[in-house]
Amino acid sequence: MPLPADVRKDFPLLQRELDGKPIVYLDSAATSQKPWVVLEALAEYYRTYNANVHRGLYRIAEQATLAYEEARAKVAAFVGARPEEVIFVRGTTEGINLVAYAYGRAHVREGDEILTTEMEHHSNLVPWQLLAQERGARLRVLPLREDGTLDLEQMDRLLTERTRIVAVTHQSNVLGTINPIRTIVDRAHAVGAVVVVDGAQSVPHMPVDVRELGCDFLAFSGHKMCGPTGIGVLWGRLELLEAMPPFHGGGEMIERVELERSTYKSPPHRFEAGTPNIADAIALGVAVDYLRRIGMEAIRAHEKHLMRYALAQLAEVEGVRVYGPRDPEIRGGAVAFTLEGVHPHDVAQVLDSEAICVRAGHHCAQPLHRKLGIQSTTRASVYLYNTPEDVDALVQGLEKVKAFFGLRRA
Amino acid sequence: MLDELYREIILDHYTRPRNRGRLEPADIVIEGANPSCGDEISVYARVEDGVIQDIRFEGRGCSISQASASMMTERVRGRSLEEVKALIEEFKGMMQGGPAEEDRLGDLVALQGVRKFPVRVKCATLAWVALLQGVREYESGRRAVVTASTEDDL
Repeated sequence: MPLPADVRKDFPLLQRELDGKPIVYLDSAATSQKPWVVLEALAEYYRTYNANVHRGLYRIAEQATLAYEEARAKVAAFVGARPEEVIFVRGTTEGINLVAYAYGRAHVREGDEILTTEMEHHSNLVPWQLLAQERGARLRVLPLREDGTLDLEQMDRLLTERTRIVAVTHQSNVLGTINPIRTIVDRAHAVGAVVVVDGAQSVPHMPVDVRELGCDFLAFSGHKMCGPTGIGVLWGRLELLEAMPPFHGGGEMIERVELERSTYKSPPHRFEAGTPNIADAIALGVAVDYLRRIGMEAIRAHEKHLMRYALAQLAEVEGVRVYGPRDPEIRGGAVAFTLEGVHPHDVAQVLDSEAICVRAGHHCAQPLHRKLGIQSTTRASVYLYNTPEDVDALVQGLEKVKAFFGLRRA
Repeated sequence: MLDELYREIILDHYTRPRNRGRLEPADIVIEGANPSCGDEISVYARVEDGVIQDIRFEGRGCSISQASASMMTERVRGRSLEEVKALIEEFKGMMQGGPAEEDRLGDLVALQGVRKFPVRVKCATLAWVALLQGVREYESGRRAVVTASTEDDL
């Protein structure tokens, strides 16, 4: 099932030109563009039923509450979960920190172990470092293989009866590698560890079902999936959430408050202290409707096709070195590369003069870059609105980069 | 727009960096880091009677950071630490939007084009921030190898 041909028309920003050149947006792994329907949902909330949720006795407050909880149900259904298992947070980073704080502090003790991997974004590494330091626990790291996949054979050695938490990304934001979560989950569960999955790069781009993954927590960000910034999701298995102490204390999360102590609501509200991000949650629900209408299978197929094309085209550019798996079946729509003799900053700067938006740097994955023996890379990433023409523009742009820095003459 | 950023003199210093390499022994050894992109640079200097007699740099980075380091080494060699500190402040001032006085800064004014690209300003100041920290360490007598970060340079 191919994507609708006019999908680009849904995204106003993609209609823009910079210095007369149409924007070629290849940075969706950082943040996606937003369709009209999402922008309109935001404006409509503020314009017509802006009110605080859960306590209002008037009609627009009920309308806001209904829309907010409906958004939760939509997001839950999107990943095969129950609404009461879906906690609205600011984004993936806050979701992971919530688990580290509320679950981690209650379950990780001195001498326990936390297992993460060498390909993690800083947001799925630093919270575990903090937890390990605080609890006197040991952070262990599953290494990468040459081909950019995780070395699962090392799991036997690294998973022990002391392992309490395994934290792994579903898809690398640099290498594009899609990890075999189910396999990792089965082995982690065998030693009694819970599995926290960073879904920031996977949930926006492929069908994801938490029951199929089998994991215990999944965090993802709204702004990478056509939704607004400032809203994200932590999904957790209900029995785990029910046993967890709160994250933040305040209004909305309590049942009865006395001066000395309080009792707390059930999940998910126990973990949503204060006025939530109502407008952005509602707009995320609309983004999810939009993605479902297009179809996650179709989006994944489209990106796979684009990546096959991009990998083939980039291989033709002299001096380009691509990192990560070559097989589009196990990689998502992000490709990091280096261009010999030109620093990624300079690559991105010259591409920008052609209105091509890519990212350059360590992509919040410094240990991964160190492992690869490089400081930084240029990364191009695609989404439903990208086309083979965008890939062609990138390749032509790279030729311009080489010409600009005099590499053609060399 | 690109030509404003990548002036010919910058590309010249990038493709043919001056004073690249190590100095051993050195009185000033300092590493500079730009956490936003992971670039690192090391600056080595030999000081005699309060004057920088020799200076080298090494490290990997973008054209702006490398060219700026190369131009810096040419500009500070043979100058007193007091003059160097004043020059660093003046250069940083220019990069933060201050005046670009060609009679004092010379070729360095070519780097003012970077100001239009705020994320690149830290590339241009990386070596300078490192050298300033190195001079301070030297003057304090600590002589320890430390890392200067562009993030701490407020």
